[in-house]
Amino acid sequence: MGTTDIIVKFILIVIIFLISLVVAMYSTYAERKIAAFFQDRLGPSRAGPFGILQPVADGTKMFLKEEIIPANSSKFLFIVGPSLAIMTACIGSAVIPWGQTLVIGSYHLDLQVTDINVGVLYLFGVVSLGVYGVMIGGWASNNKYSLLGAIRAASQNISYEIAMGLSIIALLMTTGTLSLKEIAAQQHGWHWNVVYQPLGFLIFIICAFAETNRSPFDLPECETELVGGYHTEYSSMKLGFYLFAEYINMFISSAVMSTLYFGGYNFPFMHSLGLSDNWVTILGVVALFAKIFFFIFFFMWVRWTIPRFRYDQLMDLGWKTLIPLAIANIVITGIVLTLIK
Amino acid sequence: MESLSNRRKVLESKPLNFWERAYLPAIVKGLGITMKHFLFTKAVTISYPEQKREFSENFRGMHSLKRDEHGRERCTACGLCALSCPAEAITMISAERKPGEENLYREEKYAAVYEINMLRCIFCGLCEEACPKEAIYLDGDIVPSDYLRKDFIYGKDKLVEAPLNQ
Repeated sequence: MGTTDIIVKFILIVIIFLISLVVAMYSTYAERKIAAFFQDRLGPSRAGPFGILQPVADGTKMFLKEEIIPANSSKFLFIVGPSLAIMTACIGSAVIPWGQTLVIGSYHLDLQVTDINVGVLYLFGVVSLGVYGVMIGGWASNNKYSLLGAIRAASQNISYEIAMGLSIIALLMTTGTLSLKEIAAQQHGWHWNVVYQPLGFLIFIICAFAETNRSPFDLPECETELVGGYHTEYSSMKLGFYLFAEYINMFISSAVMSTLYFGGYNFPFMHSLGLSDNWVTILGVVALFAKIFFFIFFFMWVRWTIPRFRYDQLMDLGWKTLIPLAIANIVITGIVLTLIK
Repeated sequence: MESLSNRRKVLESKPLNFWERAYLPAIVKGLGITMKHFLFTKAVTISYPEQKREFSENFRGMHSLKRDEHGRERCTACGLCALSCPAEAITMISAERKPGEENLYREEKYAAVYEINMLRCIFCGLCEEACPKEAIYLDGDIVPSDYLRKDFIYGKDKLVEAPLNQ
């Protein structure tokens, strides 16, 4: 890898980092606006035209708030919690193929930070790490509600990670590779994995809701029972980091869902349009982002539709329904694959 | 017991069938309902300072001291409004009309100072009922907010109607 490569990769990392931050920032705005539309309201409309400067105002407010660290908390871990949450949320974007290769002169620009051959496993690992931020923060707060929220987050993640992993296994059986780049490339045109793995996708998306702590699985921050859940004691930008991490997680898991099941940067008739390769690549990036935004919208749509699960219902759904279904999915996939061969 | 309205429905709790237990049809239905709101239902919000809801006809807002058809203040400082006020919000100091002020005041006695404490006022409208001269009406807007208590004591400068030919 030459110096140019390193510089290009660095620039790409910065761009992707900025894009995820901006998307997360405007997800907060979109969430409020979409929530308002679902409830026949207007939503934020004062800061700038249609309220588009609202995230800036919110961010400024967060920075200007008083920083409170509880006297009896474990101060180091209290700070580590939100940092870990936002860091693990951000590093997931490294393996996602944002597009095909752009050819600029003689330089081939790969629109992916790194194509590691265990991409899916890496993503899975990062997602599992995400819960540590919540857990450590909730535990370090030395508050019963925070601790309960943290415990819920941990147990929820553990339960749903199994089903998620099992649904991915069925997917990997059909794709035969762990590299996200290859998985995306295989779903050329209309050959999206969701057609071959509808049940797997259903399980995956339910688990993705649970892993990102989004409603109806937002028990860790359940206001009615736990004040604020794991971030009860947090204030200022540390609270902002937790909330922000949730939106980045949403963005990343939307990207993962699009890549794994909805063809990533592929869109129908991509090579029969008669465009040059670079244009197809750029349109592919647009297509991927359209899919991502749809999934982000779907996250919010579900949030304002379904009420929160009770803790025991959550466990029932995870252990008694999703895991057996995922295993059945693997078995069926295996049988079908054997029959086809 | 006999049902009088004939609308009583006996509900029996049946165990959920397979599709009900599968959640998904219900969730899809719910998503459809919320989407209907997202797409078709208009927001009911009224963006207040720019858009105002019309008051009902008998809305009682800020007081105004009326003038007669020649632009003279109608109030004669009889004090009936202050007397009728259950919240003790009204005070006034009366003065005698001097020669040459006939174009300013309708009666021979008038209110030199007339103050309503808007923090005390409960907008019951008893003052306008009590007034024999039809001088006070609660036909104004909502009393605006302010920072200091003393600024809520409205004097004649805020209460008296604008003169006719100005």
